Order: sequence, then C-alpha cells, then structure tokens
Amino acid sequence: MNSEYEMTIGIECHVQLATVTKLFSPADNDARGKGPNSVIDPIDFGLPGMLPILNNRAVELAVIAGRAMNAKIANVSRFDRKHYFYPDLPNGYQITQMYHPTILAGLVEAPMDDGGFVKVRIHHAHLETDAGKLTHYGDYSLVDLNRAGTPLIEIVTEPDMHSPQEAKAFAAELHKLMVYAGVTFGDLYHGNMRFDVNLSVAPVGSTELGKRAEVKNLNSFRSVERAAEYEFKRQVALLEKGERVVQETRGWDDASGRTSSQRSKEDAQDYRYMPDPDIPPIVLTNEQIEKMQENMPQLPPFYRDKWSNLGLDKSVIDSLLAHQSYAVLISTIQDNAGDEIAKRVAHWFASGVSTDEETAEVASNFVPEGYVELAKMVGANELSSTAAKEVFNELLVSDKSPRDIAEEKNLLQVSDESAISAIVDEVLTDPASAKAVEDFKAGNEKVIGFLVGQIMKKSQGKANPALAQKLIREKL
Amino acid sequence: MTSISDYMGTSAVVNVKRAIEAAKQHDEFHALLALTEERALERATKIDETEVKGRLAGVPFIAKDNFLAFGAPTTAASHFLEKFNAPLQATAIEKLEVEGAICIGKANLDAFAHGGSTENSTFGPTLNAVDKERVAGGSSGGSAVVTALGIVPFALGTDTGGSIRQPASFNGVYGIKPTYGAVSRYGVVAMASSTDTIGCFATNASDAELVMDVMAGRDSHDATTLPDFFEIADVKPGQKIGVIKEFMTDDVDADVKKSVNNYIDKLKSTGHTVEEVSVPLLKYALAMYYIIVPAEISSNLARYDGVRYGKRAEAGSLSDLYGKSRDDGFVDENKRRIMIGSYVLSSGFFDAYYMQAQKARTLLINAFNELLESYDVLIGPVTPTPAFKLGEKASDPIKMYLSDMMTVAASLTGMPAISVPSGNTNSGLPVGVQLIGQRRSDAQLLALAKSLEESV
Repeated sequence: MNSEYEMTIGIECHVQLATVTKLFSPADNDARGKGPNSVIDPIDFGLPGMLPILNNRAVELAVIAGRAMNAKIANVSRFDRKHYFYPDLPNGYQITQMYHPTILAGLVEAPMDDGGFVKVRIHHAHLETDAGKLTHYGDYSLVDLNRAGTPLIEIVTEPDMHSPQEAKAFAAELHKLMVYAGVTFGDLYHGNMRFDVNLSVAPVGSTELGKRAEVKNLNSFRSVERAAEYEFKRQVALLEKGERVVQETRGWDDASGRTSSQRSKEDAQDYRYMPDPDIPPIVLTNEQIEKMQENMPQLPPFYRDKWSNLGLDKSVIDSLLAHQSYAVLISTIQDNAGDEIAKRVAHWFASGVSTDEETAEVASNFVPEGYVELAKMVGANELSSTAAKEVFNELLVSDKSPRDIAEEKNLLQVSDESAISAIVDEVLTDPASAKAVEDFKAGNEKVIGFLVGQIMKKSQGKANPALAQKLIREKL
Repeated sequence: MTSISDYMGTSAVVNVKRAIEAAKQHDEFHALLALTEERALERATKIDETEVKGRLAGVPFIAKDNFLAFGAPTTAASHFLEKFNAPLQATAIEKLEVEGAICIGKANLDAFAHGGSTENSTFGPTLNAVDKERVAGGSSGGSAVVTALGIVPFALGTDTGGSIRQPASFNGVYGIKPTYGAVSRYGVVAMASSTDTIGCFATNASDAELVMDVMAGRDSHDATTLPDFFEIADVKPGQKIGVIKEFMTDDVDADVKKSVNNYIDKLKSTGHTVEEVSVPLLKYALAMYYIIVPAEISSNLARYDGVRYGKRAEAGSLSDLYGKSRDDGFVDENKRRIMIGSYVLSSGFFDAYYMQAQKARTLLINAFNELLESYDVLIGPVTPTPAFKLGEKASDPIKMYLSDMMTVAASLTGMPAISVPSGNTNSGLPVGVQLIGQRRSDAQLLALAKSLEESV
C-alpha cells in the first residue's frame, strides 16, 4: 500500500428480504430452481391496469433490519418511481424510496482482526424492487422476470471505511446482522446480498475527498476486500501519473482480480424520480415499530458481549458466529451449565465442524444436553481431549448419548491407578525411554511430556495424562 | 334513451339482443370499438336459466375500451393494444357482473384517454349523439353516446380531468365522477394515477346511484380505494349552494350560463340557498393539471415498450425496438403528454414544475375544503361551450386543454363531481351543469340531482 495516499470507502448493499411473496405482488419470492418466468404475477409483468399492493411483511423486515443497524425508523415513509427503459424492468420504472426512506441513520460496529472495531455510520436504507434478469445469446436476449419485484433493502453507508480490511469487516458484519435478524436468507451465492464499493483516494491529510469510482455487484466479503485493494492501487497509479480519476461505475472480475469501466457519470441517466401515486405512504407509530422489533433474535454483538468472559480467541468467536445455530447453542449452554462447559463446547464447534451445508443443517437440530454431558466427562477426566473430539463428531450426527458413544468406541479414559502404574513401569523400563529417564533425573523437566506421550500411546489414548505424570514423578 | 328499469324482469337474452341490435343500427356514430356479442349472449342465457337475482340481472351495459374485459380486445383506442386480450377483468366490471349486468361492447375513446373529443382515437372519432357534425366529447365519448342513443341504459367511463363529465354534458346524459378512491382502478388502463376515477353514464340519477352503489368500495387490488361509503341517500333539505364565480365569466357561452342559471332557479325554488363564491386559485388549476397529469402519464405509459405484449415493431436494436414500437403504438397526443411529463420530471425541472404544481394543488385542495365547510355543494357549468365541431380544435392542443378548465379542479382535489343534463342551447345542443361536493358526498350530489329531476 502506498502510504502517501489514503482511501475512503462507502458501501451500498442490496439485501434480498426473506418474504414469502414479492414486494408488491402475491407471486412467490423464491425463484431458486424455478423455470424462467414461472413465478410472476400480472403486477410484476407490468400488465395494463395493474396496481402495486405493498407486502406488509417486507415493511416489518425493514423495520427489524433498521434495529439491527441501530437505525431510527421513519414514522412516515414513501415510495417513488425511478424511470429507465430496460427489458428486465417491466413497468419502465423501479419502485424505490428516493425521498422518504423507511430506515434512517444508524451505526454498525464491525470487529477487526486486531480486536478493535470499525464504526460505520448508516446514512439510510430504503425498500425497493429488484429487476428481472436478461440472458444474452448471439443475436438475441431472453428475459426472465422471476426476480422482478423481489423486495430488497438498499443500505447506504457514510464514507467511514479507510482500508480494504475495514470494508471486508463491515460487509461480513452486516451479513451476520441481517441473517441473525432474519431479514434475509443471506445466500451470497444466489445474490441475496450484493455489495457496491465506492472508493476514492486522496493524499494523506487532505481535507477533500478524491473522485470516486463505484465497483458494483460484489457478492463475497473477499471480493469486497480485493476490489478495494485493486481500486486503491489503480487510482493511486493514475494520480501518480498526473492523471485524473473519473467518476464512474466499474465491474469486478473475480478471476482476474481487476475492475473495469462500465459507464461514466456523463452517461448517467436522468431517472425522472416521481412519488408513486399508487402506493399510500407507510405510516408507523413508535408503538408499532417497537412491537415489530420486540421479538427479534439476538444479534452478534450480544453474543460477543456475553462470551467476553470465556476467554475465547477472536477466531473462535468468528467461527461460532458464522452459524447462528452455534451461537444460540453456546449461549444456551452458558446459561444452563456455566462458562467452563460453554467454553469447552465452544472450542469443539469452532474447530470441529465442517462448514458444508449438510453438517450445518444437522447441527441446527441439536439439543444442548449431549454436549454438556460430553464437556462434563472431559472435566471429570473420563475422556481425553482427543477422544472427546471423536465423540463430539459422532454426537453431531447421532442421537446416542456421549457416554454410549465413548463406550462403544472404547474411548473412556483409564483412571485406575494400578492399571496405569503397570503401563508407566513398562514405559520407564523400555530402552527407548532410557535417555529421557536419564535427562529427567538430571533435572530436565521438559522430557516428562515425552514420557507421558509414550504412556498415552501405549494406552491408546485412554490413560489419564495427569495421573500418568504423577506416577512418573513418584517412580523416578 | 332507456333506463335500467326497462330491462328488469325481462329475458336477459332479449335484453342483450335488443342492445346489440340498437348498437348495429347506430353504427354510423362510431361509438363502439367492439361488440362482445358471443360472451354477452352466453352470460344472458346463463342468467335466464339460473334466474340470477342480482340488482342488475340481465341489464346490458357498455364499458369504455380502457377497462380490461373479456370478449374483445382491450385496445385503449391505440395501435399499441389493438390486439391485446386481457387475461382478467377490471374490478368494476367484475362487481357489475356479480349483480347480473352484462357487458355487450367496448366504447370508443381518445387513445389512452388523452383528449376531450374522442378525435384522438386511433380508430376514428365518435360523433355526437345529437349533432353528427359535432364531437362526442371525451375522452369517454363512446360511452356517453351509447347511453344518449339508448343503446344501453348505462355505460362505464373514466374521468381523469373531465373525461366523463364533459362528454355527458355534450350528449345530454348524467356523468358521474366519484370521489377519488371510491371505485377500484384495478384492471383499468392507467392514465394519471392520482386523479383517475371510475364512473358511469346514465339517463337518470336513480340509475347512476344504483351503478355507483354496486361499483364502489374497498378493493384489495387497489391500495388507494376507500372503504365503501356510498349509501343511497335522501336529499338534505335547505342546502347551501355556491356558484363558482370563476366559472361564470363572460368567456362562457351565454346559452351555457343560461342553462346553469335555470338550474339555480330550480334549486332556489326547492328551498335551497344559492350564493356566489370565489376560488381565485382556480385560474392556476389548468396549469397544475397539465403538469401533474402528463408527469404521471409519462410514467404510467413507460410499460408500453414492445417487449412483453402489445405492439412490437420490427427493429434491429433495443433502442429501435422501443422507439419504433412506441412511435407506432401511440398517437400524437400521447407523445405530446409523454414529452411534457418527461420534461417536468427531469432533473433540474422537477422542483420548478412538478413539485411546485403539487404544492399549488395542496393550496387548491385547502381552498375547496374551506369553501365546503360553509357550502354543501358548488355549482357551475361543465364546459365553457356546448359540443364543438369535429376538427374545430383538433389541431390546437391549447384550445382543447382550455375546454377542461372547469372540470380539472374536482380531479385535482379528489372531490366528487357530476354532470347533470340541464336543457339545450337555442340550437338544440345539450348542456349540463356540474355539481361538486366534499369527498365522500357522492350519494348526496346524486340525491340532490334526483330531487330536481322530480321537481321538473
């Protein structure tokens, strides 16, 4: 990174709302795996005489999303029409909220790897409809309107990020907030959340921002970070050459890791915004807003706070928060069985579960009792940590108790002193241990680890290592 | 002319055949774009067989051809929708059908309801029911003429700035523009969403009451509809009525003023008080209207792009497809309004035109509200002149717009306004008076008109 320049980043994020039907029509909002133009209503099709009917669930989700971003909700908000001609836009206008959005100013604090937070102010977020999809072939194009009319909220931040890492951290945190709040399914692969990164550079200390370029339609946190890295380098290179950055929209190519110009500000269309006369304003009293928000699920900041005394690494916390079901489980265990147990289970989940969908689904159905029992067995030295991990993996996909699993697999730790004593004798008299024994006697404490290891090996991991160590010390 | 009672208690098939026969006899007026004969007879047969007892069982009617309806294309008198067959029907039509009414045809109009003479129809103008050299008025000219000719006892129209009231006045029938939101707009080709209303033509106040009572009410398909407030009422005695001064100037045809004054005399003689009132802001109403309405038109007509349905021109590129389809599909008046609307909404002009017009509109609404706190009803002419000659104003859009000056105020304020026949000019042309009331007073306006009908 060139240290003479600093970057300023603002992000716009489109979040697809998890409603059953579209924003203004009764058509199915889930187009995944459906044939082209199979989930459309005359309203989304733009038939003459059709009128939009606002989906109240979408408004509720917007109100909940607002809370997740610590944002104020407007008591009165309205819809506007944004006009342009394109075959994927059936009415010739998109219904959006240009002048009076539902979600007002807010704040998101995204954790950084160094333990700090980047504070990103939300300028506002508005409800709007998505467009359909065009697929281009040689000399013709096909229109699929399945997605036309799907409810989105577009979240617009203030330019509060100053590094690719901050942009990535914000994107990741926003995704968690929206998913936890139940606002979206958050399926990035299917474009449930799409990020536009606005980035400008200016000499360090400059009071004026540079001209910005907007990189559109990024669908992963990593690409948000990479696009910001690339844009910074590109813009600095232009300035270094004495050239100017043009205000424009750029596309991102994930394979080449580059952005490229799509259209400049000069081509910018006049959208002829107009209040939509077909849709009455959304009027919400503070009581109604509170009622919509009162049964919201807990959000990542709640868990971070709750786990702060467990002494977990940030990476462990991140792994847990990657799945809402893990976070809920650990939190429940913490409430029912205490911090120690919760911490042990937390580590298993953070390191042990593959993140493929199948396992995640299995894991979302679990009950806490089995994991608590497993953690207690470890605490009572009935299982080694290695053996516990094996039981844990089985527990994820089985409805047996951890004790039954441990017994079946013959993993229960031996804490019988005479049995272990025999193994200790065997190891200490083994010629292979002779050097270690000698060193230990000479005062080298460290080699005891080697000896315990040998005992564990001989006992196939079942010996209680603490007991083994105690016996070694006694015998030598 | 006929009334609904003429069709009650007789065979629906006979009624439909009679109406279709009458329509064919009056073909030269070009009031109809299509007959829905086959479907109408099917429905009539069913109604006769099942003895459907609806309030309009077996009564034939005609809908303006911007109502989505089965049995014929819904063209909006445009090339664009010339072959468009609606997959569903307008709520208003559905409600009438539930009561047993039978739609027998689709009436001519100015293309996309833009105009005041029906001369903007792609398929040629409709002739005035009384004088074939004169215009039918518009945009619901066809619906007014089929009612005036006695083809059907009532017809449906849309009124965005006078499109029901003006042709009603020109042809000597009742024309009802209800309170904004009284009748669902669902399934009616949109012109200007904030002033579009669905109403009817009839030959007497009682029939108009019945039809409005059937059509009015909340519709889950139109978020701007009001809960049903329409309730057929008795006339309130001793009403205070205001004559709008700005509508009775020297520019207004003497015969038209005379007719209004005759009506005022009748009001006085039946126990009502009549006073002159003034709304100075009215001089800006036409300017407001011709900013706000074209803005909404330019937006509502954006969907006619040739991609999904309707006219699609042969074109080599996407922009040609749009350009040519819209060029072929729209008439000059459509294009004129789209251009005005696009202009007033464009960046840099939006605040100066559209927002300013909306602010002025609020002031106009306030002025009318204030007046209607002291007066039950406001009265004036519907138009400054009786029906004008075909071609007289066709080449001068400003002249044509000026004939809307008395009707646009009720549209901008969302208030109910009805056109009531009030005699003829010396040369025998029909003239109507306009009664305007507070929002939701539709039934009271009709009750007042009915009471004067009886007093004649």
